Amino acid sequence: MDRRKSLKILGVGSLATSVLLDACKPADKKSGVADTKPAAPSAAGPDRQPEEIEHYKNVTSYTFFTAHEMATITILADIIIPKDEVSGSASEAGVPDFIEFIVKDMPGHQVPMRGGLRWLDRESLLRFNKLFKDISDQERIQIVDDIAYPRKARPEMSQGVAFFNKMRDLTCTGFYTSKIGIEDIGYAGNQPNQWNGVPDDVLKQYGLAYTEKELKECASYT
Amino acid sequence: MGDFQIKTNPTKYDAIIVGSGAGGGMAAYMLAKAGVKVCLLEAGPLFDPKKNVTQFKWPYESPRRGSSTKLRPFGDFDACYGGWDIEGEPYTKVSGTEWDWFRARMMGGRTNHWGRISLRWGPKDFKRKSIDGLGADWPISYADIKPYYDRVDQLIGVFGTNEGLEDEPDGYFLPPPKPRLHELFIKNAANKIGIPVIPGRLSMLTKPINNERGTCVYCGQCGRSCQFYADFTSGSVLVEPALATGNIDVVANAMAREVLTDENGLATGISYISKEDMNEYVVKAKVVILAASACESSRLMLNSKSKAHPNGLANSSDVVGRYLHDSTGVSLGGYLPQLFGRKRYNEDGVGGMHVYTPWWLHGNKKLNFTRGYHIEYWGGMGMPGYGFGMGIQSQNGKHPVNGKQKEAGGYGASLKEDQRFFYGAGVGMGGRGEALAMHDNRCFIDPNVVDKYGIPVLKFDVKWTEHEIAQAKHMKETFLEIMHAMGAVVTWGGDVDPKNNYGLEAPGKIIHEAGTARMGDSPKTSALNKWNQAHDCKNLFVVDGAAFTSQADKNITWTILALSMRASEYIIDELKKQNL
Repeated sequence: MDRRKSLKILGVGSLATSVLLDACKPADKKSGVADTKPAAPSAAGPDRQPEEIEHYKNVTSYTFFTAHEMATITILADIIIPKDEVSGSASEAGVPDFIEFIVKDMPGHQVPMRGGLRWLDRESLLRFNKLFKDISDQERIQIVDDIAYPRKARPEMSQGVAFFNKMRDLTCTGFYTSKIGIEDIGYAGNQPNQWNGVPDDVLKQYGLAYTEKELKECASYT
Repeated sequence: MGDFQIKTNPTKYDAIIVGSGAGGGMAAYMLAKAGVKVCLLEAGPLFDPKKNVTQFKWPYESPRRGSSTKLRPFGDFDACYGGWDIEGEPYTKVSGTEWDWFRARMMGGRTNHWGRISLRWGPKDFKRKSIDGLGADWPISYADIKPYYDRVDQLIGVFGTNEGLEDEPDGYFLPPPKPRLHELFIKNAANKIGIPVIPGRLSMLTKPINNERGTCVYCGQCGRSCQFYADFTSGSVLVEPALATGNIDVVANAMAREVLTDENGLATGISYISKEDMNEYVVKAKVVILAASACESSRLMLNSKSKAHPNGLANSSDVVGRYLHDSTGVSLGGYLPQLFGRKRYNEDGVGGMHVYTPWWLHGNKKLNFTRGYHIEYWGGMGMPGYGFGMGIQSQNGKHPVNGKQKEAGGYGASLKEDQRFFYGAGVGMGGRGEALAMHDNRCFIDPNVVDKYGIPVLKFDVKWTEHEIAQAKHMKETFLEIMHAMGAVVTWGGDVDPKNNYGLEAPGKIIHEAGTARMGDSPKTSALNKWNQAHDCKNLFVVDGAAFTSQADKNITWTILALSMRASEYIIDELKKQNL
């Protein structure tokens, strides 16, 4: 058959590899999902594809923030999420490292973060003749109070507000997706269980009840 | 050259199946169980959720805390390998066309991450032209497919309730999970304004159905694919038992290039590229079954030209690639102030909605669009992931926190209090509607572009009609009414704006594409007959969404499964009669 001849030519010629097979080569057959490799634990995440591991290696092969920038990020993150009576601080939850990773994974964050940190240092220099990381706690709070409240911030602070919004977003997301933060927020799932519906006391609190139809038809477990 | 030789395999397969998703998995299951010798080609790697586990991982086990990437568009723990944008596998669009083409590349295809919304269609869904004069009727009726829906329900398992609704027919349902708290609010609010809300119909096992599969553990993570096989994925539920018969060989990482034919125009096999060694292979069989996804199957047909099939395989009608349509999608979201400061408990539930709204305005003459939609709901105390806690400044100045009015924004212990207070109050909804299958909405072979395997790629030419846009407007307005009726605050998607088509998603985004090798009685206007068999090539079958004459507002998977089961029995029968 002509078709096959031309395929043979393609197999040998253009790909410069051995020969075209006429059918499944037994050694190449994957006759079973049993061949699937178990997922190896990896810093890149669970069950990663080779491209994902490669991307992770690329992204983590260099450091984006300078030591000075990281110190400032850590100070800011702990102002945003300090230790309180319920849980630990942003830095205890690893937020600065998360921010270092995420700006490399999502490069759109890089310029706003770098430029925002610069904005903050310049503001600090103008006010206190020192970089943000070197001023006192009270001095830091003076600047932060001017950029942490978007609706009442003075118009000339708008770039600082935009930076603080981003810093607060990344800090909150980094914190509440950490073990400490998940415990703080009280997320109670991610474990095998049997759903029996909204607890009775909660139904009562909202003046709700399941209908007879629901009680009869829906799954319930003992 | 060493280790191998040209093999003329003396045992030709009975059937080759291209693609291991819902359609291909079902065909593999049915044929292998009947003793038919099958070769199943899958373009991606093998996958087994028992071994490839992302279920029960915490957000901090992902360096990006679960956010999506190009390789995992539905988040870092989503089980699906593939996406809208696959390296080396481009597609093109004519100017002015918006079309996003999602492709899964793995054992089980998209069934590894889908929403498991498993809605059997109603009698009207097969005869829309007879009702509104648009499109075409299917060559089959509900009565033809009903026995297969019944068997799919029982083979795979689906929860739901028999409501006696004509257009949401009764089935064989496992008990549904009770509504979550926000779902009770939604139900009460929607009912107040005349919109029905009934238990969801999703393919997760709330009760055991056999010894091979476990029961739902209510982790809400079906998108990660279930290691207990308690949700439906084609690999776990269909291909695995097929493999146990010994009648099936699976070739992974096999990218199909072309359906091979003989001088009489009959299919003889498939030519494919192995991604493992980049060699070209040929595998032969009596029957070729395409289940590579609607667009990928039609691409294969269009790329398989020969003397007998000059316009592409089985395309004398010129409908292959045409009538491409996806579901419509519109959504919005916000939060329910009643839920602020709520008590914590585990409400993960199943990986999807416990209640939904089926289309409720059948035959309403006041509507300026012709086909319906259903509404899906979400909300509550989900697992934090990337994005969690962001944008607090748009919420914490608006509502008193534990009785105190605060300034928007802020930091410190006060901010932590706010985050705890607002957690779990989110609520949202999305509509999924039926689009019209139009002759001019199509994909065809781009004459100038090939993918990295040298296979000519698809070019898309798709436009919405006024029906889809009017339907989107109706969705938006309805969702706002429901949100209003329950006292929710809308934070996104609340605009009702013709400039963005009322929030109508780009076609392809809902990933229900279908219609590109449609079934019909006439070989002049359809590619397949009522058995999913090509009019022009009797040993070629297409058992994915390509075969659809039209869509319903109901997700297409359950119908793909039922049709593939039906076509498979026909194939088994025809093989026995030596007609193929």
